[in-house]
Amino acid sequence: MNAEVTGKPKLLQGNEAVVEGALAAGCRFFAGYPITPATEISEVMSYRLPAVGGAFIQMEDEIASLGAVIGASLAGVKAMTATSGPGFSLMQENLGFACVAEVPCVIVNVMRGGPSTGLPTRVSQGDVMQARWGAHGDHPIIVLAAATTRDCFDLTVTAFNLSEKYRTPVILLTDEVVAHTREKLALPAPETVEVVDRLRPTAPPEWYVPYADTASGVPPMGIFGDGYRYHVTGLIHDVHGFPTERPDEIVPFMNRLFRKITQHFDDILMVEAEMTADAEILVVAYGSVARSARRAVKEAREQGIKAGLLQLVTLWPFPRRLLMPLLRQVRAVLVPELNMGQMSREVKRVNQGMTRVETLNRIDGHLITPGEILERLLIF
Amino acid sequence: MSSRYEIRLAGSGGQGLILAGIILAEAAGIYDGKFVCQTQSYGPEARGGASKAEVVISNAAIDYPKAIRPDVLLALNQKSLDVFLSDLKPGGLLLVDADLVSEYPASRALALPFTRIARELGRAMAANIVALGALAQLTGAVSLRSLEAAVLARVPKGTEDLNRRALAAGVAAAKAGGAASVPEETGEN
Repeated sequence: MNAEVTGKPKLLQGNEAVVEGALAAGCRFFAGYPITPATEISEVMSYRLPAVGGAFIQMEDEIASLGAVIGASLAGVKAMTATSGPGFSLMQENLGFACVAEVPCVIVNVMRGGPSTGLPTRVSQGDVMQARWGAHGDHPIIVLAAATTRDCFDLTVTAFNLSEKYRTPVILLTDEVVAHTREKLALPAPETVEVVDRLRPTAPPEWYVPYADTASGVPPMGIFGDGYRYHVTGLIHDVHGFPTERPDEIVPFMNRLFRKITQHFDDILMVEAEMTADAEILVVAYGSVARSARRAVKEAREQGIKAGLLQLVTLWPFPRRLLMPLLRQVRAVLVPELNMGQMSREVKRVNQGMTRVETLNRIDGHLITPGEILERLLIF
Repeated sequence: MSSRYEIRLAGSGGQGLILAGIILAEAAGIYDGKFVCQTQSYGPEARGGASKAEVVISNAAIDYPKAIRPDVLLALNQKSLDVFLSDLKPGGLLLVDADLVSEYPASRALALPFTRIARELGRAMAANIVALGALAQLTGAVSLRSLEAAVLARVPKGTEDLNRRALAAGVAAAKAGGAASVPEETGEN
């Protein structure tokens, strides 16, 4: 996010900015299946990737798409796919596989109305809980939410960096409004973008222990074809990558899987706080709704109401420690969302009765307006 | 926040309204150097469904990306006028296609035959560009020079001359029609 802006600004859609961010982060492989409202990501990738020596494949479906992405990443290439709700559902099995096998990859889900094929061209934030718990089994995951075209660029870079650093799939949630809003964006010069690459083993291949614990909890990753041979499986495995049912191997493995995320909360948890220092009323929002909230909070301030905005950039792990001090400070919280209340449950869980938490939900395929939020702030 | 200027372009899918929105946003954002947000809304159909494009122009960073109370409504069919008229800011500019919209508030609207003008130039498809010319002439939301640059950068190769003429025809129609029929602002509406 500290990248220096150079060059002429262009009018870009959120989806186009995702592609530019991916390329800047070093993504050179994309496998996907087009779906509204994520199609432009596939479309632009199909000609931008070959132009920089990368590969684009249109797959037969979303299950295979994430499968191909995992394969590419194991072979040492930064890889990504993009989809929307129906495709995201199909990806859940391989998403769990990527978690357990610790394969870095980025999955963009441009949220549209659901469930099922739902409202293809309409905005929603209905997949927040699916992003957290869609894959079965107890697993950690990193999920980020973009609100602007600029975010789409920056957070795609961040998503790749986090996935490489912690050997985990990272999900970037956008939505139909974020994906299709065109804004002026001056792309940073590539050399000024901070890019993180996965840690590679330094020991000779014959000494390589692929899933050995480290101080950070992240084992160096051997690349297929480089002589670092190891076994990749979705089964719980020992440090050599082979299936195990020994409790003394299962527990350390699962603990390390979680620890590599929880140990790095300072790096992973991101929010943007606006006018929260003296706030008495707090709006907690993310994605496109955060834009409505930002305006509502400004308008409330103009009317003498001390409102503030906490925009969640990291949705999962939930940025509890960044929200907690504000819950102690304010007298009421509003959580506007384009679903029946998904993040608000999390806010309430953290709140534990400290302050009043209310919800504002819209599920008709339209963005919550600043007026709707302001109306609620005025009666708090 | 008062510097916010909102334009809504509405009609049916296939009339080129989303392209018109993109061109307008590029003229204001890239060529005039302002902050812009361009959004759109469309149904699952490729053609024939309701289509809407919005452009918000501002001197400051834009929070909410969509139009709240449009300063301008361009309606290229009856249905879009019926649906969106009530959102238009009091005293805002209402532009309708004279041949495709039959019922409109005559005291508030400026009806110009965008599609007919485009057809006479050789291609009805250029109606969106004719309308952009008129809109820019009447509102000053974007400079005509920026608009022409944005149009020529976006339209398909080989249609530059047609589109340049479409833009000029829109400007001319606005000058002629605008002088004759734009209601004076009374401050009451």
